[in-house]
Amino acid sequence: MTTLGGLAPSKPSSSDTLVAADGTPLVRKLAQVTRRARLKAFLLVLPLLLFIVVVFVLPIAQMLWLSVNEPTIRQDLPRTTARLATWDRQELPGEDVFAALVEDLKDARERQAVGRIGAMMNHVYSGARSVFVGAGRRTGSLAAPYSKALLDLDATWGDPRLWIMIQSMSQHTTSIHYLNAVDRTLDERGNITPVPENQRIHIWIFWRTLWMSALITCMCLPLGYPVAYLLASLPLRTSNLLMICVLLPFWTALLVRITAWIAILQSDGVLLSSLAALGFVDMDTAKRPQLVYNMTGTLVAMVHVLLPSMILPLYSVMKTIPPSYARAARSLGATSLTTFRRIYFPQTIPGIAAGALLVFILSVGYYITPALLGGKDGVLISNFIALHVESSLNWSLAAALGGLLLMATLILYWLFNKIVGIDSLKMG
Amino acid sequence: MTADQSAAPPYVQFKDVQKSYDGRHLVVKTLNLAISKGEFLTLLGPSGSGKTTTLMMLAGFEVPTHGDIFLAGEAIGKVPPNKRGIGMVFQNYMLFPHMTVEENLAFPLEVRGIDKATMAAKIKRALDMVSLASFGARKPAQLSGGQQQRVAVARALVFEPRLVLMDEPLGSLDKQLREQMQYEIKHLHENLGITVVYVTHDQSEALTMSDRIAVFNDGVIQQLSTPADLYEAPVNSFVAHFIGENNKLPGKVTAQSNGVCRVALTDGTEVGALAVNVAGIGAMTTLSIRPERVEVNPTAPEIANRISGTIEEIIYLGDHLRAFIRAGGTDSFVIKSPNRTRSHHLAKGQNVVLGWKTEDCRALDP
Repeated sequence: MTTLGGLAPSKPSSSDTLVAADGTPLVRKLAQVTRRARLKAFLLVLPLLLFIVVVFVLPIAQMLWLSVNEPTIRQDLPRTTARLATWDRQELPGEDVFAALVEDLKDARERQAVGRIGAMMNHVYSGARSVFVGAGRRTGSLAAPYSKALLDLDATWGDPRLWIMIQSMSQHTTSIHYLNAVDRTLDERGNITPVPENQRIHIWIFWRTLWMSALITCMCLPLGYPVAYLLASLPLRTSNLLMICVLLPFWTALLVRITAWIAILQSDGVLLSSLAALGFVDMDTAKRPQLVYNMTGTLVAMVHVLLPSMILPLYSVMKTIPPSYARAARSLGATSLTTFRRIYFPQTIPGIAAGALLVFILSVGYYITPALLGGKDGVLISNFIALHVESSLNWSLAAALGGLLLMATLILYWLFNKIVGIDSLKMG
Repeated sequence: MTADQSAAPPYVQFKDVQKSYDGRHLVVKTLNLAISKGEFLTLLGPSGSGKTTTLMMLAGFEVPTHGDIFLAGEAIGKVPPNKRGIGMVFQNYMLFPHMTVEENLAFPLEVRGIDKATMAAKIKRALDMVSLASFGARKPAQLSGGQQQRVAVARALVFEPRLVLMDEPLGSLDKQLREQMQYEIKHLHENLGITVVYVTHDQSEALTMSDRIAVFNDGVIQQLSTPADLYEAPVNSFVAHFIGENNKLPGKVTAQSNGVCRVALTDGTEVGALAVNVAGIGAMTTLSIRPERVEVNPTAPEIANRISGTIEEIIYLGDHLRAFIRAGGTDSFVIKSPNRTRSHHLAKGQNVVLGWKTEDCRALDP
């Protein structure tokens, strides 16, 4: 029996079950009557649901799956995968594993897959490409015992770390990419260990992304709060005009806005040239402060781009606060400062939280602005994800980085819901 | 005003106060108003009559365009609202939603720097006063409309203000609760001896609660008097029509002497009326007669004025019948007939004679 809205008693008995006039239990009758309406409602959202599943949920799920399961090694080195499955990582693998690897490489060579294997292994073990390609080229001339033959060919085959990496990459679920994403790797005993200092980049970029996002949020709030207040309190005609000004950035192409910022901020751009003409900065462009292609450029442009995302939730909350609250506080004896601090501000906290959450989440994943304005030290984690997808072709690492980003966002969302309550989130 | 009242300076005084928002129209036109200490004064009028603007000027949220306002002898025109010591109850309670009832009551005390112990005692007394002693820890949203209203009243009183203003405080309550709150506020006023200025557009509310009522229309006080005087002796047809039910009969003055005049109605009948607000013989006038002062088919000889008419419609209202009668040049002359057995002889289409005493009929401005 279906329960609807808690109408059905937990233990239906003849005495406490309400029945409709025709004798059917009321709950079932209600379900029958509402079924058509519910079916209709479901059919209405079905196209969107399918669209979201096909173009959004599935690709993301597949990408995230890639971060723990990269099938290349397993498919290209099937025998090695099978032998390594039971290897205990205590000492170098036995002759059978070496023999299996040589057999696999022979097959791979025929399929011209050795390069691919090398590239894949190179993501987790630097230098692995040449080791594999070298071995693959000589598979024809190698003879048993293969362990000795391979070690003679390249001493790297004697490094247990290489074998640990082959084993990790061939597993159905591996944590190696996530370890990589947080600048960790496995040592020759299979223990988690930090990568050498000169290779630690991701953690640093993660911190910078979070820190920059926090900074952008902190800059958007004091810039947006007074504007939102004006929007909410001005008469309709004026506030509509102001609203258009706020929304104008939304209606302009992102690329145009970013290019405009380059034109303004670059060393011979509008801003610095004007300042130079007024004598505040040097006339020599080389000696002027660098405002673009670094963190400053990213910061300025992203604050500009994300400001409406702060203003709109604030505005929608402020709009619901009647001005009479302030009057009530004033008549009770509060100064205008106390009125703001104790009465107005606390009531806008849901708006602040919603705006801050929105701006922070958007900037954590922002790509285009830092990519164009960030130069070397203004790039964020999303630019690294793009780099791994486009250039280094290390999709598993990109997926792991993306997965961590998604996790951070979900944690933030959970915290927001815990502290402020998601019901109070209002947009526009 | 009696002689001893005029000797003492009034507690609140508006002196030639004018207010304009746009520089073209006066919302309040040359207002002079004196309120004595301990009085319950109601500003009554239709919306847009200037009553709320007057209240807001007193509270300090609007600045008079001209004139001065005095509170306890001191000009308060330049005093900001938080320094005026005036408690205010708003239309939609305006309890701070993020604070509990106690915190709401504590707010005016905290901003005055009152110590914790005194504060707790005052809050307790204020909550007891509105019988909400056990509701201190609740948020406003957890209270009913009537309870929120009581908290709002308690908050406006807790800091012992010099004056309490109420801006249509009962407007959002249902009828029954509104009547109950009217009595509660009236009793609070009587027990505490506070001075209250109350704004409403509901005339029965004004009649129930007030010591005096100022009827506003078009930015001018039309009449300022006690509830009884306002109902019994309106000075112009606006007041007569705005307070209570009223029959308006247009006519022309044909004779006038000793405060009594003869008026020819549009159908030619001539009746007598008190000459309250007439320009002289030959001038147009509007007669005002309360429906309950009209007798159907009168027998008593002192009922001097009689006109005949036809019953157009009868409405049964339980305790009384209301009949619309075509008579004296109008087709909606209203009479109220108490529901006694005798009344049942009234029927639609029946010809009746309507009679009233001359002193119950007032000749007012046209």
